[in-house]
Amino acid sequence: MAGESSSEIIKHHLTNLTYGQKVDGSWGFAENSVEASQMGFWAFNVDSLSWSFGLGALFLFLFWRAGKRATTGIPGGFQNFVEVIVGFVDTQVKDGFHGRSNLIAPLALTVFCWVFLMNLMDLVPIDFVPKLFALMGVHYMKIVPSTDPNITLGMSLSVFFLVIFCSIKVKGIGGFIGELTLHPFNSDNIFVKLILIPVNLVLETINLLAKPVSLGLRLFGNMYAGEMIFILISLLPWFVQWTLSVPWAIFHILVITLQAFVFMVLTIVYMSMAHEDH
Amino acid sequence: MNINATILGQIIAFSIFVWFCMKFVWPPVITAMRERQDKIASGLQNADQANRDLELAKEKAAETLREAKQQAAALIEQANKRANQLVDEAKDQARAEGERLKAAAQSEIDQELNRAKETLRTQVAALSIAGAEKILSASVDQAAHSKMLEQLAAEL
Repeated sequence: MAGESSSEIIKHHLTNLTYGQKVDGSWGFAENSVEASQMGFWAFNVDSLSWSFGLGALFLFLFWRAGKRATTGIPGGFQNFVEVIVGFVDTQVKDGFHGRSNLIAPLALTVFCWVFLMNLMDLVPIDFVPKLFALMGVHYMKIVPSTDPNITLGMSLSVFFLVIFCSIKVKGIGGFIGELTLHPFNSDNIFVKLILIPVNLVLETINLLAKPVSLGLRLFGNMYAGEMIFILISLLPWFVQWTLSVPWAIFHILVITLQAFVFMVLTIVYMSMAHEDH
Repeated sequence: MNINATILGQIIAFSIFVWFCMKFVWPPVITAMRERQDKIASGLQNADQANRDLELAKEKAAETLREAKQQAAALIEQANKRANQLVDEAKDQARAEGERLKAAAQSEIDQELNRAKETLRTQVAALSIAGAEKILSASVDQAAHSKMLEQLAAEL
């Protein structure tokens, strides 16, 4: 990457490997970020998706194998590890969610482990994997899926759809609409009520939509900022990099765990709110 | 940093992963954990029960030991009493037997004495008769008479 300016390096690190329809009508990988943005909606960030799928599959495979070999006797090393995480998630779900649902706990476990693994990719040295792929002729490679807003918003929207689905399932269509229109302002007078309905609707809709947006953007923002600092550190001369990258990486261990935890807890809280009948 | 169809891909992946986790990952792990919990709980309970049983058994053993000791003491006392009684009885019997033997000997002695007296009496009578006959047959002779009487006296 010698000869490139700092801004070019940063830009390069922040560009996804995007596959989609180019301006001339042919399908292929975008050569640069401008071409990627010209592809519009029907394009895929192949790197984000691959790493995301891979890490999710890795998590599921490891836990599935541990579950298949699970013994009620003396647990082995990896089973212990899995049980610690499952127990931790189970406690969180029991604290935050008081209904009965077979979905919430596995959902929380998947969210926690998957987000954690995606965040963990942030600790891989910043140039390591992209360089390997560059040698193979792939020019863009962002290995931290959670620094791609598509990924984090994809997850938060999934949670959002689940919340709406559960709300309607538990409270019925009427209950769900009532929740949107009759809170927070209500009146016994029918005319005042009718006047208040649009106000409530606006407020509650914003409230409802803020959930997935904040959930997704919080994770994205934290990871993106962390990634950005790693990139900036990597611009320094090689002999001073470690004085900053090591403390930041150690601090970042806390951040990635915390963000995974926050994402999980908010998922539980939102699902819990969906199950509560006012 | 464009919003594009990646978001749909991620939603699909999310749905599949959550479904897989719900079907194949969560249930076996949590079941194993719950079962182990139950096992440990019942194990602890059993241990408590066993401890209580042990306490009871110890108490019972001590009780039995105490009873056995009491019984043994009672038996020894009884045996001692019986032995003393036997000795006393034996003494009494021996004394009675001695008395009896002594009485028998005494009566035998008395009998012998009586018999001897009887014999002597008969003999004295006979002798007296013989002496009288002799006196009667030789009453003329004083000298002979006295001589005979002396003889008679000597014979007594």
